[in-house]
Amino acid sequence: MLKILKYTFADLIRSRWSYVYLAFYLILGFVLLFLNNDLSKAVITLMNIIVVLTPMIGTIFGIMYFYSAREFTELLLAQPLKRSTIFIGQYLGIALSLSFSLLVGLGIPFLAYGVARSSEIWDFGLLLGVGAFLTFIFVALSVNIALRNENRVKGFGYAILLWLFMAVIYDGLFMISLVMFDDYPLDKFSLVVSVLNPVDLSRILILLKLDISALLGYTGALFQNFFGNGWGMFTSLSMLFLWSLLPVKLLVRTARRKDF
Amino acid sequence: MIRIDNLHKQFGKLKVLDGVTFQVESGGVVAVLGPNGSGKTTILKTILGMVLPDKGEAFFQSNSILKQWDYRKEIGYLPQIARFPENLTVQELIDMVKNIRSVEASEEQLIQRFGLKGFLDKKLSNLSGGTRQKVNIVLAFMFDSPLQILDEPTAGLDPVSLIRLKELIREQKEKGKTLLITTHIMSLVEELSDEIIFLLEGKIYFQGTVSQLLEQTHQVNLEHAIAKILENHA
Repeated sequence: MLKILKYTFADLIRSRWSYVYLAFYLILGFVLLFLNNDLSKAVITLMNIIVVLTPMIGTIFGIMYFYSAREFTELLLAQPLKRSTIFIGQYLGIALSLSFSLLVGLGIPFLAYGVARSSEIWDFGLLLGVGAFLTFIFVALSVNIALRNENRVKGFGYAILLWLFMAVIYDGLFMISLVMFDDYPLDKFSLVVSVLNPVDLSRILILLKLDISALLGYTGALFQNFFGNGWGMFTSLSMLFLWSLLPVKLLVRTARRKDF
Repeated sequence: MIRIDNLHKQFGKLKVLDGVTFQVESGGVVAVLGPNGSGKTTILKTILGMVLPDKGEAFFQSNSILKQWDYRKEIGYLPQIARFPENLTVQELIDMVKNIRSVEASEEQLIQRFGLKGFLDKKLSNLSGGTRQKVNIVLAFMFDSPLQILDEPTAGLDPVSLIRLKELIREQKEKGKTLLITTHIMSLVEELSDEIIFLLEGKIYFQGTVSQLLEQTHQVNLEHAIAKILENHA
C-alpha cells in the first residue's frame, strides 16, 4: 500500500494543479495577514474559506484523479496486489498531497508572521487539522462517486452536487426547517442534523475552540450548551473521525465488487 | 494452465459471456478471436481477476482465482489502452512496476529492442500512442512470467516495432511460455498461433488449430474462414 501511496503522491505533487493550489494558499495567507493585520481575525476569515474550499478542492481533485488514472488503475489491478491495497493507497496519495499543499501553503505565511510565538497557534493548528480532515473526507466521498459511475460527466456532476449540497444547500434547508417547525422543540433535531454534515461539524468545532459565542449560531450554541466546550469539541472531533473512516470502508467494499 | 468453467457475465442488460468453458495447456500461443463485443477482453480480464464472473469459475495452475491476488505474479499483462500516470517518467514507471512485483526483471534488453532508450527520462504524458504501447510491451514482458496475456498488442505500432514484437512473441513461445493473445490482425494469428479460440455471442464457437478451422470451413486462409463463420451466423 505504501508503494502505491508513494507513487500516487509523487505523481500528484508534480502536477501543475498541486502548485496552483499551493500558490493559492500562499497568496491567500499573505493577503489575509496583511489586510487584517491581526492573527485572530485572519484565523476567523480563514475558517470561513477553509470549511467551504477544502471540500470543494478535495471533491474535484478526487474525482479528476480517479477518472484520469483509470487505465493506470487497471495496470495495477493486473499486478499481484490486493484491491483494497490499490484503492486505499491511491486515496491516501490524493488526500495527503492535497493536505500537504494546504499545510505548506498556509503554514509559510502564518509562520512568517509569527503565529508560533502567539497564543493563536492552537487555533491555527486546529484550523489546518480540520482542513485536512475535510480534504480526506471529501476525497473519499468523491472516489466513491467515481467508482460507482462509469460515465465521467455524470460522476463529475454528482461530485459537484455533493459539495454544493454539503457546503451550501444543506444549511439552507436546515434554516428553512428551523423556521417552519418553529413551534416544536428542535434541539435534538438540530444536533443530529449538524452532526450529519462534516462541513457544519467542522465549523462548530473551530468556533467552539475559538470560543466566539457571537459567531456560534444556533447549532453551535446548542453544542456548547449540550456538551460544554470540552465535550463539544471531543464529540465533534470524534464524529469527524467517523466521517473520514466510513467513506473509506464503503470505498473498499465498492472496489471489491467492481468490474474493471 | 488455465481452466475456465461455465463462465457467465452480464454488464447491465448486455450478456457478454454465456457459459464459456475451455482449457489452455501450458506452452504455446493461443489466439482468442471473435468480432467486436464478443467477450474476448472480458475473458482475459476474468483470468486476471479484474472482472468478477456472475457464475462459473476460473482456474490458474489448478487453483481457483476468485478472490485471490498473489497468483498474478505469474502473469504478464498488456492492456488494450496504454495510459499511465502523466507526471511520472518512463524510467520511474518501470521502476515502480518492478518495485511492486519485487522479482527479477530484464527490462534493459527490451528497452534496447524497442528503441526506448531516449525516452526513459521523458514524462509519460509527452509520449505518442505508439511509444506508450512500446512502454506497455516492456512492462508486460520484462518479468519472466509463465503466462503472458496480450490484449491487442499491435495497436499503434509501426511496422518495425511490429516485427520486433513478433520476434519477441516467438522467443517467448520457444522458451515454453504460454501466451494468450487477442487481435484483429489475422496474419499475426496465422504466423504465430498454435491454437485458436473463436468466440461468438458469448459462447465458444470453435477451439482448435488454424488448419482445423480451415478444414472445417473449406477456406484457404484464416481471414476468409472467419468471414465465412460470421456470414453463416448472420
